[in-house]
Amino acid sequence: MNTTIHLVYLACAVSFVIGLHLMNAPATAKKGNRISAAGMAVAIAITAVVLVRDHTMTTGAVVALVIGACAGGLAGLIAARRVQMTAMPQLVSLFNAVGGGAAALIALGEPAASNQAAVTGVLDVAIGGVTFTGSLVAAGKLAGRIPGRPIAVPFGRPIMAALTLVAAALGVWFVAGDFNQWLLAGVTVAALAAGVLLTLPIGGADMPVVISLLNAFTGTAVAMAGFVLESTPLIIAGGLVGAAGAILTKLMADAMNRPITAIMAGGFGTGDAVAVAGGSGAASVREITADDAAIQLAYAGKVVIVPGYGLAAAQAQHEAVALAEALTERGVEVTYAIHPVAGRMPGHMNVLLAEANAPYPQLKDLEESNPEFARTDVALIIGANDVTNPAARRPGNPVSGMPILDVDKARSVIVLKRSLGHGYAGIDNELYADPRTAMLFADAKAGLAALLAGLHAYAG
Amino acid sequence: MSPLLLADLTVFTLALLVGFEVISKVPATLHTPLMSGANAIHGVVLIGVMLLAATVTDISGYILLAIAAFFGAMNVAGGYVVTDRMLAMFRSRR
Repeated sequence: MNTTIHLVYLACAVSFVIGLHLMNAPATAKKGNRISAAGMAVAIAITAVVLVRDHTMTTGAVVALVIGACAGGLAGLIAARRVQMTAMPQLVSLFNAVGGGAAALIALGEPAASNQAAVTGVLDVAIGGVTFTGSLVAAGKLAGRIPGRPIAVPFGRPIMAALTLVAAALGVWFVAGDFNQWLLAGVTVAALAAGVLLTLPIGGADMPVVISLLNAFTGTAVAMAGFVLESTPLIIAGGLVGAAGAILTKLMADAMNRPITAIMAGGFGTGDAVAVAGGSGAASVREITADDAAIQLAYAGKVVIVPGYGLAAAQAQHEAVALAEALTERGVEVTYAIHPVAGRMPGHMNVLLAEANAPYPQLKDLEESNPEFARTDVALIIGANDVTNPAARRPGNPVSGMPILDVDKARSVIVLKRSLGHGYAGIDNELYADPRTAMLFADAKAGLAALLAGLHAYAG
Repeated sequence: MSPLLLADLTVFTLALLVGFEVISKVPATLHTPLMSGANAIHGVVLIGVMLLAATVTDISGYILLAIAAFFGAMNVAGGYVVTDRMLAMFRSRR
């Protein structure tokens, strides 16, 4: 029987690996996730069978487990089903937080039986504690409950260093002493505080990378919990997610051209750019009314829509698609140029536009889009900033070397944006001073509605 | 080191290597769903919580167990469903 159980666990581990691998490509991704989910369901079921067979649980434990799991599962299902696609990043962060929390609680609840369990238990509560509060702060920043700007904590670094020392000292005492669980609780408290201190100074724009990193942390914490419990499926799945999450974090950071070390140091990336209408570059920008812009769009041959963070934040994806449809009906060729990090998370913009029923073939990535701009009549930029800044082609500024969309190659550019406020990089966008660029100052949602109204009124 | 710990360490190390290898040239479009999918997989922590249930015997243990079960189940159920919803958006239309 025990052999059977181990073989079933092995099959489940294989399904996680195959599932993750299939998620590397759009065509097979959905199947991959379902294979992984099926493996998970089997793993949970076989564990339940073993628990029932062994009769080791007290009635109290059965009640606590069933009530907790049912309530948690239901809460997760409802949240996952109801969430707006724009609010999805913070939900993923919340799920990550509770995963880390559960891993930490395992070490707290399971008295260490060996040196191995003690050492991994300390690592478990330390990593799990940091991801729990860290992911909650990240979710709060993405949801706007906590300001997205970097929050400097007074004496943050010395406090962080002190917390690390305290946690390490308590951890060593725990392992070397008689495995007193209160010492482990002390490590947990220090880790919880460290998680907050770690995430607060990081700006909202960098949150995707931070969540991905914390996701890798949770995987590692789960693997440590596996060592405490001597449970192979936890070790395999935790290690898998820890490593995969680390690679994914690096891919995301590369796409944003931001070294992970710089992100963790914090301070860059406000997430909510300050609205300073007519900021530093005010002298040379040209403003346009929504009606003029609508006429320009209506008589264009080819329009490329460049959606950015502003569109995601204003939840204006439906308006953008409605405008694109209206233009397509008039015979205008419309495509969307999607920068790898447009939106709130890499890949997020594709999800938002797909939700609004934008035809998949119209969604073009950076490489596909850039050659198109030379034969584009109007590039309509909606709430994107740094990813269009031609300054990235020159060395010596914060966006240098970042891959950008070559919108300045288009015959004309309309920028729909709330203000001349800076993007995450905190520098002026040279594109706005270009004589071919016209600025339409509005919130993305209101601005797109005005463009659509203008289209119907003047070009109907 | 006990043979058991050695076996666990071997498994862990190999799992890390597989994790590094299995994520390769992912298009940026899939970064978010992939992160979410990986997030769902560490919901395996629920199994750990179930194993913990076999060892707790007092009221403080039960409370801790219930919270851990709530967290773990939320991670695994929500994680897979939200990933599925994200990926459902990728089907080609027209």
